[in-house]
Amino acid sequence: MATEVLMPALSPTMEEGTLAKWLVKEGDAVKSGQILAEIETDKATMEFEAVDEGIIGKLLIAEGTAGVKVNTPIAVLVEDGESVSDTPAPKVAEAVMAAAEAPASVSAQAAAPAPAPVVAAKGWPHADLPEGPTKTMTVREALREAMAEEMRRDPNVFLMGEEVGEYQGAYKISQGLLDEFGAKRVVDTPITEHGFAGIAVGASWGGLRPIVEFMTFNFAMQAIDHIINSAAKTLYMSGGQMGSPMVFRGPNGAAARVGAQHSQDYAAWYAAIPGLKVCMPYSAADAKGLLKAAIRDPNPVIFLENEILYGRSFEVPTDPDFTIPFGKASVMREGTDVTLVSFGIGVAHALASAEELAKDGISAEVINLRTLRPIDYDTVLASVQKTNRCVTVEEGFPVGSIGDHLASTIMQRAFDYLDAPVITCTGKDVPMPYAANLEKFALITPAEITAAVKSVCYR
Amino acid sequence: MAAKKPAERPNASKDELLKYYREMLLIRRFEEKAGQLYGMGLIGGFCHLYIGQEAVVVGLEAAAKEGDKRVTSYRDHGHMLACGMDPKGVMAELTGRIGGYSKGKGGSMHMFSKEKHFYGGHGIVGAQVPLGAGLAFADKYLGNDNVTFTYFGDGAANQGQVYETYNMAQLWNLPVIFVIENNGYAMGTSVKRSTKSPSLWERGAAYGIKGEAVDGMDVLAVKAAGEKAVAACRAGEGPYILEMMTYRYRGHSMSDPAKYRTREEVEKMRSEKDAIEHVRDLLLQGGLASDDDLKAIDKEIKAQVNESAEFSKDSPEPPVEELWTDIYA
Ligand SMILES: Cc1ncc(C[n+]2csc(CCOP(=O)(O)OP(=O)(O)O)c2C)c(N)n1
Ligand SMILES: [Mg+2]
Repeated sequence: MATEVLMPALSPTMEEGTLAKWLVKEGDAVKSGQILAEIETDKATMEFEAVDEGIIGKLLIAEGTAGVKVNTPIAVLVEDGESVSDTPAPKVAEAVMAAAEAPASVSAQAAAPAPAPVVAAKGWPHADLPEGPTKTMTVREALREAMAEEMRRDPNVFLMGEEVGEYQGAYKISQGLLDEFGAKRVVDTPITEHGFAGIAVGASWGGLRPIVEFMTFNFAMQAIDHIINSAAKTLYMSGGQMGSPMVFRGPNGAAARVGAQHSQDYAAWYAAIPGLKVCMPYSAADAKGLLKAAIRDPNPVIFLENEILYGRSFEVPTDPDFTIPFGKASVMREGTDVTLVSFGIGVAHALASAEELAKDGISAEVINLRTLRPIDYDTVLASVQKTNRCVTVEEGFPVGSIGDHLASTIMQRAFDYLDAPVITCTGKDVPMPYAANLEKFALITPAEITAAVKSVCYR
Repeated sequence: MAAKKPAERPNASKDELLKYYREMLLIRRFEEKAGQLYGMGLIGGFCHLYIGQEAVVVGLEAAAKEGDKRVTSYRDHGHMLACGMDPKGVMAELTGRIGGYSKGKGGSMHMFSKEKHFYGGHGIVGAQVPLGAGLAFADKYLGNDNVTFTYFGDGAANQGQVYETYNMAQLWNLPVIFVIENNGYAMGTSVKRSTKSPSLWERGAAYGIKGEAVDGMDVLAVKAAGEKAVAACRAGEGPYILEMMTYRYRGHSMSDPAKYRTREEVEKMRSEKDAIEHVRDLLLQGGLASDDDLKAIDKEIKAQVNESAEFSKDSPEPPVEELWTDIYA
């Protein structure tokens, strides 16, 4: 019987990929374990092995085809003696076509529950980008470029972490940096977060500017003592003599079904600590401008990225001196009826919800905080004074959230302007479940935000 | 590692060898199936296969008795099958279904069985090491003679908490066997690139812990070393370190481009050192089993694995209420 070989999922967040190269041709006999093709995801090129034995009856997708969706039939295996014409008609053209038509600015890796907002016209949703030329790049490329530019600018900036060098980065953020800067400045570490974070803090005291990459922020819990007790507090404890100019960066929050120990959002934890600065970019422009500012900042900066956003594309200014000042929020969309405040991937959900709300005649203003310490209270308060309603959006746990802090600030400073209580939309108060259906319920969704807005608008 | 040994007269009975063959084959076929289901999108997130390392858990389980405990990392499917957990329940956890060992809430990296004394399934590299010593602490405190097998990787062996644990385990003579599964790589980092220690087990000497390196591709050598370590622990002379020299054939997880080693290196291991082939040779060349006998076992295992896969697809997703259960006791 003929069996279809399907486009495999090769990573937790992969939804489609490029069939880069066939290593077999029609008529070849293949054994289980034999490499059939090379498949490119936005993270890596992977070899794809045969599971079953058989003869390649037909190759259904030509090599070089991009945007092949997971589970699309890519070849047909037949048994010895079986004719290729017995094979089922390929039913793939549609899926591939659809993918090919998707706008280039939507990432090949969008696995978020919400659709990636398409960067429609230049200028929106980045109305606050400086004048001047821009180019389209992914968040991943923006982060890489920010590090490379700052490493060129200052010879004392160096990167350390697990798999940052020879492996080219577990999430390929540091791809190519080892080649350009060498092993002295792109330092592969053993799996010893507490140790290397402490070494980096010491190096910052010794005159260097470390960038510490955590493979994910879940593993920074191993190192949190040095982040807080050593990096954040030393300037104060030394009476201002010596601080820790450094960046701790890496992906934070949920990826896709990686379970309770690999999915936590630490935004509120780090934002609670005096002595730290905390960035949480949404777009590629945020990522580039904030990371450059973080590397130049004389304080320890926590830089919270998001794996699902890595592959998404946005417009980014080409000016090499483009940085984003800390404590300056970005109004992503103007509105009059309600203020949505978010940061990181929450901004994608807030924008998606604002789009939905517009259909119902509700005009939502969307604020992207960009930094959580300092927080741009002024922009939030000015907006709430205009709209009289506020909903906050974040992925983290509800208790002691950034939303809680904003709600109390708004109550204290704009109480008379409020027409409804502030609602905080957060992740659920549970460890992240693995099951696909439960994970969806645990995460914040645009539908929940829309419902919260309707309730504060009494609709 | 050395070239393939000619099949010497095995120091094990026919029944034992058949048992090891069956158990190792179950792990391998199960993992191949899991890889397939991942490719089809039925399993999500991280999925770390144990293919190549089967002799380690099967050999050590042969040295264990009822009541002994085990704890390991995220690369845990083999450990669960070897200690007698039901392949159906493991596979259904991989697909995130209610029939899984954690009701679908844990996933590949986080499964547990109180009944089989399997304490997880841990995602933070090195974290299981003090946890294993803690299980041993409880057994010593309660005055039984159980031991705990605490498995961790060569990469995990560099985590600081391993050494804090070594110190206390020896200070308090805990009945814990530290099993370092040295498969040569921690993700893309070879052992040589992460340490200048000549060997990992010898680090225990700094704390006075006995240990040895073992050919982890030879189930009989593993079992013999396991028996020695277990005897020491039961006699109150624990802890003990076993460094299992082994190899993983597949990528670190499903999304590993594997550029850090050559295909030839993997092929060489597979063709010269494969643990299942080794036992197969012992059985066939020793005249202890025929080709047909082994084919029959292969068929049985295949059926068992297919049954687990079917179960894992048919078992429903957990009901939404499960989101809110098991947070507090
Ligand atoms: C504290 C921590 N840091 C990093 C990771 C990411 N990570 C997962 S597995 C792994 C490699 C571990 O290698 P090893 O201990 O040799 O075990 P193996 O995977 O070879 O079984 C890394 C770096 C993690 N899960 N936890
Ligand atoms: Mg290893």
